[in-house]
Amino acid sequence: MSAIEVIDLSRHYRLGSVDVPALRGVSLSIAANAFTVLSGPSGSGKSTLLNLLGGLDRPDSGHVVVAGQRLDTLDDNRLSDFRARHIGFVFQHFNLLPVLTARENVEYPLLLAGVAASERRRRAAELLDAVGLADRAANLPGQLSGGQRQRVAIARALALRPALVLADEPTANLDSHTGAAIIALMRDMQRQYQTCFVFSSHDAQLLAAADHAVLLRDGQLQAPAAVKEAA
Amino acid sequence: MNTLQLAARNLVRNRRRTLTTLLAMIVGVVAVLIFGGYDRNIRLGLETDFVRGSGHLQIQHRDYFLFGSGNPAAYGIRDYTRLMQTLQADPQLAPLLQVVTPVLDLGGIAGNFAAGVSRTVYGRGVDVVGQNQLKQWNDYRMVGLPQRSVALTGTAPNAAVVGTGVARVLQLCTPLQVKDCPQPLAANEQGRAMPADLAALPVAAPAANLGRVQIELLAARASGAPNVASLQVVKAEQQGVKALDDISVQLHLTQAQQLVYGQDTPQVSAIVLQLRHSSDMPAARARLAQLLQGGSQPLVVQDFATLNPQYGQITGMFAAILGFVAVLIGAIVLFTVGNTMSMAVVERTVEIGTLRALGLRQAGIRRLFVSEGLLLGLGGALLGSLLALGLAWLINHSGLTWLPPGNSERIPLLVRVAGEYGMLLATAVGLIVLSVLSAWWPARRAARLDIVEALRHA
Ligand SMILES: Nc1ncnc2c1ncn2[C@@H]1O[C@H](COP(=O)(O)OP(=O)(O)OP(=O)(O)O)[C@@H](O)[C@H]1O
Ligand SMILES: [Mg+2]
Repeated sequence: MSAIEVIDLSRHYRLGSVDVPALRGVSLSIAANAFTVLSGPSGSGKSTLLNLLGGLDRPDSGHVVVAGQRLDTLDDNRLSDFRARHIGFVFQHFNLLPVLTARENVEYPLLLAGVAASERRRRAAELLDAVGLADRAANLPGQLSGGQRQRVAIARALALRPALVLADEPTANLDSHTGAAIIALMRDMQRQYQTCFVFSSHDAQLLAAADHAVLLRDGQLQAPAAVKEAA
Repeated sequence: MNTLQLAARNLVRNRRRTLTTLLAMIVGVVAVLIFGGYDRNIRLGLETDFVRGSGHLQIQHRDYFLFGSGNPAAYGIRDYTRLMQTLQADPQLAPLLQVVTPVLDLGGIAGNFAAGVSRTVYGRGVDVVGQNQLKQWNDYRMVGLPQRSVALTGTAPNAAVVGTGVARVLQLCTPLQVKDCPQPLAANEQGRAMPADLAALPVAAPAANLGRVQIELLAARASGAPNVASLQVVKAEQQGVKALDDISVQLHLTQAQQLVYGQDTPQVSAIVLQLRHSSDMPAARARLAQLLQGGSQPLVVQDFATLNPQYGQITGMFAAILGFVAVLIGAIVLFTVGNTMSMAVVERTVEIGTLRALGLRQAGIRRLFVSEGLLLGLGGALLGSLLALGLAWLINHSGLTWLPPGNSERIPLLVRVAGEYGMLLATAVGLIVLSVLSAWWPARRAARLDIVEALRHA
């Protein structure tokens, strides 16, 4: 069963009069409840593809189906609501809201989904506990290390138990030791929460941890190969 | 954690910029409120002055206001005592009324024939009791109002009070103790006695207790024939406006009536009505219109603003200045808040991209930034109002005085901010609306940011 279907997806950027093809007719399906890595050299289109999968960007042609929903049929508001409900994001620069505490950052997606306050608190506490930051719940992001921030971000991405978690180079801003810990955590959380994780990375550690790898080159798919089967 | 809380935290996070913006707003609010309070005090001060001098409303002959000064006697109100009784007995009108008192204006020539000088004057015959009642009015609790009764109080029936200008021209400065009264350079034609034809006229009031200061007042009777009264000047009073100071003669109503109407039935030029509260003016006018309708005389009601055109001129001038100040400050607030919010949008571009990625709709981003504008407006309005109240208190207790136009005495300089709920509310609402408006465009821009671009923002 696939969480994501990508059908003949193209995305071009326009730099003045120059046409920059970032994705050229990519079709693939990504398995649910698995750990999938997008890899490829710099400029191959990994971020472009992730943005389209996450409904942050719209393709020039082709379309994306996430959890059975064609994203191109949704208007901006419905696409926003869809992201809120079904997609979690983990960013390279963590992107926590600086004025919110760790707990409040984790609660934010629950707030957007209209979850009651007591339930929000309960779930945020549970998630922070799961990522090992129960004692940092009241800290602001500025008071946390990079690795701790990324843990909060992972907890935030999982708050609503989304169908899909997308992460563009989640370990690029961390030292390799911390990066390894974050990868282990994500792997763990993916299993625990039974979600579909999709990453882009140059990180060999991440590639090794993945169930599937998707290789991009010049905006085209190289050879989608199963690295190993989902556990 | 709702939108307002989030907005508040962002404002606190950017403490320095928030404070700078608030400061600009506070200065603006204080300027508007202090000047507004000053304007308010002048407006009410003038109103109090006019209402104490000549009431809220006057009943006059239809043409008296425009043509009466040419020949006041020709536009008299007949049967005025009965009319006054009707007004005071009316169940609707009576509760609104504080004072009802008649006045009779007359034009004439005042002469100090002992010195051989004379001049045209404008006389006003008044009822002393009514005039003193008028002076009780202080509905706006103005401080520093003169407390004494009118100068004619307790004087002989032929007593008169003249303007200092009249005293000067009639060379009565010394006996009336008028200060700043130089002798004219031109040689006086000394000792010309009263012309024989004038002396032959019947004297309206018997000059029983002739004081030292005596003038003759020559006036035209309603019938056209001349009449003269011998008046005892008890005081020269500064009138504030020089044009008035130079012609004013105040005398007892009965004396004025004898002069103008002789043995005929006396009339008056106007019935002065003072209300308990200025806010009752429309109601009183409406009732008066009903009561006067169908009477045998063509009577109209004039209000104090019509009778004293300078009221409208002065308040209009202050309103224009206040409006200008408010517009200027409004523009400054608009730009300051707009600039603050624009900077916030640029600085928080990645945050905006993140919120959108997490599923916040465009409207949610807009609401967030507009809320920050709203909070800035609320804070500026609150702090500005408090500061203005404090500053107003200081000004009001500083003992400053000023000389209002048309006044002869300095009065305390006051600003009315406390208790002026309308003004405080209008200023606060204006500021809040402005800051929300100026946050609107940056908020709109933030909401329309491309999510991917925003997330890539360095
Ligand atoms: N906003 C943009 N405007 C113009 N060209 C862009 C833009 N974003 C990406 N591109 C181009 O599209 C192509 C794919 O970019 P993309 O960011 O998807 O690559 P990537 O695989 O994520 O690279 P990296 O590993 O360096 O992050 C590149 O050639 C890039 O220059
Ligand atoms: Mg990239």
